[in-house]
Amino acid sequence: MTLTRKPLSRRSILRSGAAGGLVLATPTIFTSRAWSAGYLNEPMGDTVTLGFNVPQTGAYADEGADELRAYQLAVKHLNGEGDGGMLNTFSSKALGGNGVNGKKVAFVTGDTQTKSDAARASAKRMIEKDGAVMITGGSSSGVAIAVQSLCQEAGVIFMAGLTHSNDTTGKDRRANGFRHFFNTEMSGAALAPVLKNAYGEGRKVYHLTADYTWGWSQEGSIQKYTEPFGWETVAAVRTPVGAGDYSQYITPILNSGADTLVLNHYGKDMVNSLSQAVQFGLRDKEVNGKPFVIVVPLFSRLMAQGAGDAIKGIFGSTNWHWSLQDAGSQAFVKSFGQEYGFPPSQAAHTCYVQALLYADAAQRAGTFMPSAVGAALEGFEFDGLGNGPTLYRAADHQCFKDVLVVKGKENPSSQFDLLEVVEITPRAQVEYPADMLGGELGSYNNGV
Amino acid sequence: MDVLLLQLLNGLDKGGAYALIALGLTLIFGTLGVVNFAHGALFMLGAFCAVSFNKLITLQKITIDPTKTTAWGSPLEVRTPYAEAMFGDFGIWIVNYSVPVSILLAIPVMLLVGFVMERGLIKHFYNRPHADQILVTFGLAIVLQEIIKAIFGANPLPQTAPDAVRGAADIGAMLGLQAGAIVYPWWRMVYLLFAAGIIAGVFAFLQFTTFGMVVRAGMADRETVGLLGINIERRFTIVFAIAAVVAGLAGVMYTPILPPDYHIGMDFLVLSFVVVVVGGMGSLPGAVAAGFLLGILQSFASMNEVKEILPGIDQIIIYLVAVVILLVRPRGLMGRRGVMEN
Repeated sequence: MTLTRKPLSRRSILRSGAAGGLVLATPTIFTSRAWSAGYLNEPMGDTVTLGFNVPQTGAYADEGADELRAYQLAVKHLNGEGDGGMLNTFSSKALGGNGVNGKKVAFVTGDTQTKSDAARASAKRMIEKDGAVMITGGSSSGVAIAVQSLCQEAGVIFMAGLTHSNDTTGKDRRANGFRHFFNTEMSGAALAPVLKNAYGEGRKVYHLTADYTWGWSQEGSIQKYTEPFGWETVAAVRTPVGAGDYSQYITPILNSGADTLVLNHYGKDMVNSLSQAVQFGLRDKEVNGKPFVIVVPLFSRLMAQGAGDAIKGIFGSTNWHWSLQDAGSQAFVKSFGQEYGFPPSQAAHTCYVQALLYADAAQRAGTFMPSAVGAALEGFEFDGLGNGPTLYRAADHQCFKDVLVVKGKENPSSQFDLLEVVEITPRAQVEYPADMLGGELGSYNNGV
Repeated sequence: MDVLLLQLLNGLDKGGAYALIALGLTLIFGTLGVVNFAHGALFMLGAFCAVSFNKLITLQKITIDPTKTTAWGSPLEVRTPYAEAMFGDFGIWIVNYSVPVSILLAIPVMLLVGFVMERGLIKHFYNRPHADQILVTFGLAIVLQEIIKAIFGANPLPQTAPDAVRGAADIGAMLGLQAGAIVYPWWRMVYLLFAAGIIAGVFAFLQFTTFGMVVRAGMADRETVGLLGINIERRFTIVFAIAAVVAGLAGVMYTPILPPDYHIGMDFLVLSFVVVVVGGMGSLPGAVAAGFLLGILQSFASMNEVKEILPGIDQIIIYLVAVVILLVRPRGLMGRRGVMEN
């Protein structure tokens, strides 16, 4: 046998190059940490990566920016920086401000653009390329449902941001998805008694409804809870999302015989429809011997700022408000206010809380494996995070807690002081059977 | 009857906005032959002239009150408006009338924007295909949008109409009909009158001034006007700037109707292009007539009685009309023969 050193030929270089290229081109998802352990994206180093998927461009960019601020604050607190925020008031003491499961918390961000396809693409990128072990954030139910479904298929936990449609934890619920924010069912249950007390029984109601999952869900819930005391629906008109000028939808209300307008709109749509309804003099009108009233079932401070004077005296519901006086809310407002110079929105609050709840569950489970983290969240009772005693219900992964009924302030003292809390509806009043909204959680997917 | 009158008013009001934007678009297309997709951005810039003016005159002097703290423990900031402190009642008046007064700021700003846009960018695309013009002006619109978003944020910024014209007029009672049956916001009626005034002004300018006569001649036959020794290019630059001012003023006055955000121009742009196509590319009377016609049609199509028969018709009526017009009369309602027909 002779050992001869073969000279390099053009063919061998090409062959080696092709083989090398093939190896390099193999998706990282097959070669890296993604599939190498007991679950997808198991962190092998000294950090764990969370994916914050928020609207950074588009109509909800301001709300997304507030969500991102809250997440960054949560990461600081989880890693032991800053004043600790709500970690100090959280009833669970599993987290010690030294990361989670001995790993420092790192994060990557994605831009949902408030579009389902863009949100799914950015979540996919964070899971596959950045190794995110959990995805959280968002300002739209359509987006939340789309991303939740992606996370279920991929095998990571999804901690929903601001999503209010019943469907997120109703017919579109998934085992890997969890929601802290309240839903339209709870808004209806909380708001209806207050409306009855304020405006009486037997009203004729005109609904203007954003034509997508959240709008339908909100309209249905308000009808369900107000019809028993004689609030009759005169018309329920669907409006396209982003309609801009609502005058063509508002003028028919004037002669419809309705004495109540329910605006099932959110964000810019709500700002525009409410401003224009007020311009048309609806708030000063008298119909059927009663003053005409407007109701906005879902309020947020950022929207209230956009609507200006139009929100004065208008009832709505909200998940949380910075003026709450419980220790958790005050700790969060102090932390956030000192960091950024203004109080947090409800979107910021729910996102901050979701980040903490995920970290706490992972710490208690001793792993980031989705099924174990999910099991730690299921049925978890906690307090000190701003909404009173709260339950993460196992059957549908929906949080149950007190709901706030708010009203636009007549004399705001600052640009942030626009809503006043008129009632804190106790949790028991907004609870409903888990099977009422349909849907199946299915089983956890750990991504392997 | 009440409902029909209300929808007519609504249509006229909506049509006024469409007509104003379409008028500017048509001026630019008719003179320069440029399809300007940045025209909606000019409307948006006008709206933000009103926002900027309001922010300027409501600037507040901030002093720290060390005896009080905010909810997050920082010392309380006490804000005193400069306008009120410095000018007293006049300061209060100017804040109240900030939207109409901001026209004084918008005119020079939009003239400058129009001039810079035409000289700096658009003129390089006169002889390029329409596709290139659309791409570059659309790109410019996005750049302008992003700049406004970076400065003012993504949230709508409400502007209020002056107290004197805030609220709604009971037109039913004025006409001797049932009180409260026809109620219409005062400011929307002001806007309608304003739109009519601007449209009349532009027509008068083009019809009764020497400048306008030269421009109309240039629109009809650019080469011959050039051969007569007239610098038609310079006049067209001025026309572009005037079109920018028209769009900008439409934006300024629209702010109390719709709280402006960075995207407000795009919301109007597509509809305005349809208006131009329906009216006839390059036809100023066509743009105005089609603006009002489509506004009124859209308003009537939104009536619940109509939608019960034809669900969703309010969303497609404008495009449906455009399709029919393009099929039956490709040059539009009042377009000149040969323009955009091949």
